[in-house]
Amino acid sequence: MSNLFHIVVCASVVPDPLQTLEPINGPTGPSLKNEMMLPAVLDPWAAHALYEAANLAAHYPGSKVWLVSLALKAKLQQVMMTISQKVPFELVPIDGPLGGFTDAHQVAAAIATAIEAIPGLDRSRLLLFGGWESASRGAGVTMQIVGERLGITEQFQGVDQISVNADGSFEIMERIEGGRHLVSTCTAPPAVLGWATGSLPEPRNNPQVGMANMRTVMPALQRAKPVQIATDSLRYVSVSLPKQQRETRIVKDMSPEEIAREIADWITAD
Amino acid sequence: MSVEPQPTLDNVFPRQEIAVDIACVGFGPAMGGFLTTLTNGFTTEAGSALQSTVSPGMPPQVICYERADDIGFGVSGVVTRARGIRKAFPDLDCSQIPMAVPVKHEKLLYLLDPLGASRRSRTLRLADLAIRALGRILPFEQHALELPYIPPFMRKHDGIVMSIGQFNQWIGSQLMSTGLVQIWPAMPVSEPLIERQAVVGIRLADQGVDKTGEPQAGFMPGMDVRAQLTVVGDGPVGAVGRAIDRKFGMPEGHSRNDWAVGMKMVIELPEPSSLDPGTVLHTFGFPEPEIFGFLYVHPDRLASVGIFVPSWLPNCSRTAYRYLQHYIQHPYLWRHLNGGTLRSWGAKSLQESGRRGEPLLAGDGFARIGEGSGSTNVLTGSGVDEAWTTGTLLAEGVLELLREGKPFTRGNLESAYVGRRRKSWIDRESQIAEDARNGFHHGVIAGLLGMALAGFSRGRFSFAHNPQLAGQQIGPPELFYERRLSPDQIAEIRNRAEINNMPFHDALMSASGWPEIQHDGQLLITHQDALLMGGKVQAPLGYADHVRFINPELCRQCIDKTCVSMCSGQAITRGGNAIPGFDREKCVYCGACLWNCPQANVEFHAGAGGLHSAEN
Repeated sequence: MSNLFHIVVCASVVPDPLQTLEPINGPTGPSLKNEMMLPAVLDPWAAHALYEAANLAAHYPGSKVWLVSLALKAKLQQVMMTISQKVPFELVPIDGPLGGFTDAHQVAAAIATAIEAIPGLDRSRLLLFGGWESASRGAGVTMQIVGERLGITEQFQGVDQISVNADGSFEIMERIEGGRHLVSTCTAPPAVLGWATGSLPEPRNNPQVGMANMRTVMPALQRAKPVQIATDSLRYVSVSLPKQQRETRIVKDMSPEEIAREIADWITAD
Repeated sequence: MSVEPQPTLDNVFPRQEIAVDIACVGFGPAMGGFLTTLTNGFTTEAGSALQSTVSPGMPPQVICYERADDIGFGVSGVVTRARGIRKAFPDLDCSQIPMAVPVKHEKLLYLLDPLGASRRSRTLRLADLAIRALGRILPFEQHALELPYIPPFMRKHDGIVMSIGQFNQWIGSQLMSTGLVQIWPAMPVSEPLIERQAVVGIRLADQGVDKTGEPQAGFMPGMDVRAQLTVVGDGPVGAVGRAIDRKFGMPEGHSRNDWAVGMKMVIELPEPSSLDPGTVLHTFGFPEPEIFGFLYVHPDRLASVGIFVPSWLPNCSRTAYRYLQHYIQHPYLWRHLNGGTLRSWGAKSLQESGRRGEPLLAGDGFARIGEGSGSTNVLTGSGVDEAWTTGTLLAEGVLELLREGKPFTRGNLESAYVGRRRKSWIDRESQIAEDARNGFHHGVIAGLLGMALAGFSRGRFSFAHNPQLAGQQIGPPELFYERRLSPDQIAEIRNRAEINNMPFHDALMSASGWPEIQHDGQLLITHQDALLMGGKVQAPLGYADHVRFINPELCRQCIDKTCVSMCSGQAITRGGNAIPGFDREKCVYCGACLWNCPQANVEFHAGAGGLHSAEN
């Protein structure tokens, strides 16, 4: 059997983390202030999953990458302007509410339905990629549920590397406690791989890849089907931003060694 | 004897090439206007029949490359009359554009100096005394005189307050959804492709290079994009526009000698705020009389507050950030801003020569639009709407040429585009404004009188002046601070700054009476924190340094190093051996270094990254 993969990457769209993010309580529950006006990006884990998928597909001719994403069409379009320049893929957009507080089960159901409807997808060759905390912004369960809904029992989370063997089996390195990796061998697809950071750098922007992707991205966006995601299925008790520790001081007459020592002490104090 | 060909970069790393019909450089208001009008034209009955010459059977292939990492990372809160924008969108609903709101109140204020630190002429000092003495009967409060009258040519009462970043996102989203144009951010264009006196496309920046441009791992030569028409809208310091100027020259009598750095913050106003959305304040007089300022109130308790530091401020210690910090603390503004939080910060160069800085608007294979095409009106203080309209006029001309099957030659573009522009309100108004700012080269009062003279006489009368190069308008600190600091004191401050590697300009301002900034951690923050918390400045790996010093010896001999004090991001520092150092990770692409160097010793190339805030 030839090593040929059909790789579906599930990717959530998140506000550019460099922007000022402020959680608020709105009429439909928690959300981010002015989220619609903030530029969006693929969440970093999902972006790594996409780069790994493209790299794998490039090494095994005949393989193909689909990118499945649920977000408002306008936001998906904006994200495509940057991500389409990176690697070749075919977009499967799902036009739905954007937000970090949607129910992971409902998001997973919409994604699984969209994947099942991909024309030409060979489920026996399917590798389902995503960020290990992707597709519903940190709920951390969406990838598993999508896999379960698609009947995929081989699931790996926190993946940093995949190596394909000549017989079509593949070896997967998963992150485990203590900074170590668990190495597993999977005999064949299908499998779910929730990626951590992988090992590939962010690809350069390639205008030709962008132009080739856009031939399918824009028509796909125009055809994107809206889905309803209920907003009342979950109740959040409280929402807060991760704590930032920021301390700015102007120091004079301090040697680099002293500054380094102080920073190291500050880091190790926690 | 045969000679072995030497390997060159181009045959070791082949350069990709594509062909499109129209290649566009830079996505700002002008390109928004161009692409909106063009794509609208493509959807009409006549337009839908147009075919690409490079992809027969397809509509004309139009592609736009933008240097910044997102088309929303603009740098300007603006107030604009939006005449051209409203023409394109007759049913424009401001509520559809985040941070946009119709102008509700407009005031023109003369700010007096509450600190006694600014450099004011004798005449101004007397005027200030008189204003303070008559304060009870004048509209005078909090060290500010509200002028009872805004000249009609300056009014924006029927306009819109908005964020260019949000406006760009709004326009870009609509354009992309048509499927008729591709817009690619994070893709700097390094130069135009010029063959036999014609522009035949553009070359994208090399990636995978070190800071000097030498190939490293992952080297990818910038692709050549060949096009029948190249539309240049990369702004006043854009690499492509300037390369075309170098190649073809400026029209006779035209030059770009007047500039300004615009620097602003977007501030979340403290709660409750008495400032209504749509409030517009124009100010002059403080922190230096030559520095104009503004405060525009957006919806949701956001305000854009900023200043313009012009080239005719004859001070080499012209640090815009320090001036901006003093500006926001002027009592008239501070009562509204105190307790606010910085949400965004940024800076850009403004081409202040207006029509006199107009380059060749069209040539074989290319056309210029936007601020880089000299569209800014220096009398009305308006640029966005003018830029937008230049784009729409070019698009009308391009559609006409496409329908008639005519090539994009200089003659055809001059007839179809430049001819339209000459008949437009932009040109009529820019003629009135052409010499309006000349007076500022003779002093602030002469400058204000000159603006009034030009405005009320509709350009018939104005002060004559032939300004020097911007960098040469700046004088030494010994002259600027002559009433406050002796040459010996200045020499000592300079020595101390050099020994301690501290900014000379900051030390000079402090020594001349400007109080130290008391940081509060949320609005009054260090310059570096403004980059991080406000500008969110980024520099992707794999690009060369876009700022280079041509002749290091000239830098070594330069004492004042205005490039260091003027750098909006503190990206240029004094460096070793008295040669400035450049840190790409701090650069906000304002381009001030380009025109502030009295020796014109700075190269400013295309590069990726820079500001990363969309709340601008």
